[in-house]
Amino acid sequence: MPETLFDKIWAAHLVARRSDGRDLIYMDRHVLHELHAPHAFHRLDETQRQVRRSDLTFAVQDHTVASRPGRDDTTNPEGTPFIRAMREGTQRRGIKLFDLGDPEQGISHVVAPELGIVLPGTTYACPDSHACTVGGLGALAFGVGTTELEHVLATQVIALKKPKRLRVTVDGALGAGVTAKDVALRILAEIGVDGGQGHAIEFAGPVIRALPIEGRLTLCNLTIEMGSRSGFVAPDDSTFQWLAGRPFAPKGGDWDAALKHWRGLAGDAEARFDREVTIDCSSLAPQITWGIDPSQVIPISGRVPDPATAASDRQPAMKRALEYMGLTPGVAIEGLKVDRVFIGSCTNSRLPDLEEAAAIVRGRRVAEGVAALVVPGSSTVKREAEALGLDRVFRDAGFAWGESGCSMCAGGNGDKGKSGERSVSTTNRNFEGRQGQGVRTHLVSPGMAAAAAITGKITDVRKLVA
Amino acid sequence: MEPFVSLTGVAVPLLADDINTDQITPVHRDLHPDYGKLLFARKRKRADGSDDPAFPLNQPQFRQAKILVTGRNFGCGSSRESAVWAFVAIGIRCIVARSFADIYRDNCLKNGVLPVTLAPADAPTFESLVVASNGGGAFTADLRTQTVTAPGGEVFKFDIPPEDRTTLLEGLDDIGLTLKHADEIAAWESRMQRERPWLQTARRS
Repeated sequence: MPETLFDKIWAAHLVARRSDGRDLIYMDRHVLHELHAPHAFHRLDETQRQVRRSDLTFAVQDHTVASRPGRDDTTNPEGTPFIRAMREGTQRRGIKLFDLGDPEQGISHVVAPELGIVLPGTTYACPDSHACTVGGLGALAFGVGTTELEHVLATQVIALKKPKRLRVTVDGALGAGVTAKDVALRILAEIGVDGGQGHAIEFAGPVIRALPIEGRLTLCNLTIEMGSRSGFVAPDDSTFQWLAGRPFAPKGGDWDAALKHWRGLAGDAEARFDREVTIDCSSLAPQITWGIDPSQVIPISGRVPDPATAASDRQPAMKRALEYMGLTPGVAIEGLKVDRVFIGSCTNSRLPDLEEAAAIVRGRRVAEGVAALVVPGSSTVKREAEALGLDRVFRDAGFAWGESGCSMCAGGNGDKGKSGERSVSTTNRNFEGRQGQGVRTHLVSPGMAAAAAITGKITDVRKLVA
Repeated sequence: MEPFVSLTGVAVPLLADDINTDQITPVHRDLHPDYGKLLFARKRKRADGSDDPAFPLNQPQFRQAKILVTGRNFGCGSSRESAVWAFVAIGIRCIVARSFADIYRDNCLKNGVLPVTLAPADAPTFESLVVASNGGGAFTADLRTQTVTAPGGEVFKFDIPPEDRTTLLEGLDDIGLTLKHADEIAAWESRMQRERPWLQTARRS
């Protein structure tokens, strides 16, 4: 029977069927972070269980680490116990930790791809809902909770029920100033925050094929916001070229064998999906969220929607969103005054994201009254950006340039805004309070965030392109 | 894990869609916080820091609630398990929602919390009974019969996948159950070591 890529990866990792009917799916790679791993270590101690494959397990410090230059364990005091418990727990169990000060430290979803830890056709677990990011390389990822994390540490498998298959085909070609982030926000607007529930999403179509790998990582990052735990793009030559030579990627004969296997991974042409969605992005404008969930999206030329024109079951949430965001229906989104700009997070903190923003910022100044921050996704990205002089571009313009970590995305490292501030951000969640109590977050691409910083207003980035 | 067989008690309505895990349990500073206090820590409070009397879980008739009744896509967002532990901490071990976010639903199953989704035709009726009872009557969720019963005796059937039902009814040790397959896991690893050695090795090279 013809199979999708998802079916092939699932079948290749099926170890056994458990007595309760769940499939045991082997996890090729497992990456931990300090916010959740210490609890799982504690549980393993209580139950006197060992880590089965510490050699396939990696750990990062990302959620609670300060972004201030010269940081240490105590710069963000709220993170100190997590950072230290992580260090102690990984040392004792022989797990490689990308610790504070490590030249390869960074956000798990940035570090795992850029070091070649995660590979096409592999399975991947991480105790974080944005695990799905690595689907951009054609890996099948599972964001897990703490109990599941403990289970993976002890067994190297997850007991799962097979999700259904959804294919999202994106047709057209993207115009200048329009990116993977805009595509992801458009998909969210179309299918909603629970549109992918119970499904693994395969992103396909000409727009996806043309995306650079970093763009695919950005798109897959937002899969969880669509309600899906796993989303991916079938790997192709761009993927293989991107991975070749990365520190943990296979080398020599192993690389040749891996490449041969990866080339056979594409889904069969006649394979059936449980559901298909097609979205035309040929005339897509830059997108922006207006509300408090990531599907509340309009084009930059759009106006804040009126709940009265929406389905009745959606009206209460829309009214709540308008109130929180301090917006009235019918107002043009472009031109709203901005207090804060953040460029970073597992969504948009890779080198091309920073280059995209720097191209807008170069030779310009951050508008008066705007607090603007760039936090590279990893220490590797930071080093590469500095080698290109991007840190100077941002600093000269008035941006702060931080040390890598989750920063203003997760709210765990002390970086936050003040109540009532309007924040334009390249992150993935515009939830109430996410960037500080009362902070009003608008999600956009890096170029759009840079444009807002320069003009002090929500701005169509295409107006600032030379 | 504590098994779930049946539960009787007050049902508290929180009838909104897309309640995310940031709202249920905000990011906290302690490695071992009081999870009960963390539950809706922001939503429970007014701007001046006092308890908001309009928030259902602050109202005396819902203090002993055992069942939460809510809308679509409950538990979306972050995978943090504290968003389930917090309910367990205050004695809520059954959540009736229009739908659940995938990771959140799994986290419920791992903690002996019964996730119930009623038939779309029944949900509005059930919710109106919960609102009308206003903490004044006892609802019963019974996993053996796959029913939720309202104080007036109205019975609502629900579906649940057999594997989830088994997990909850027997309170199985998830890791223990998997480790019965330790030989098969080892065999899979040996086979991969032969066929795709690069999969079984994650070394800098």
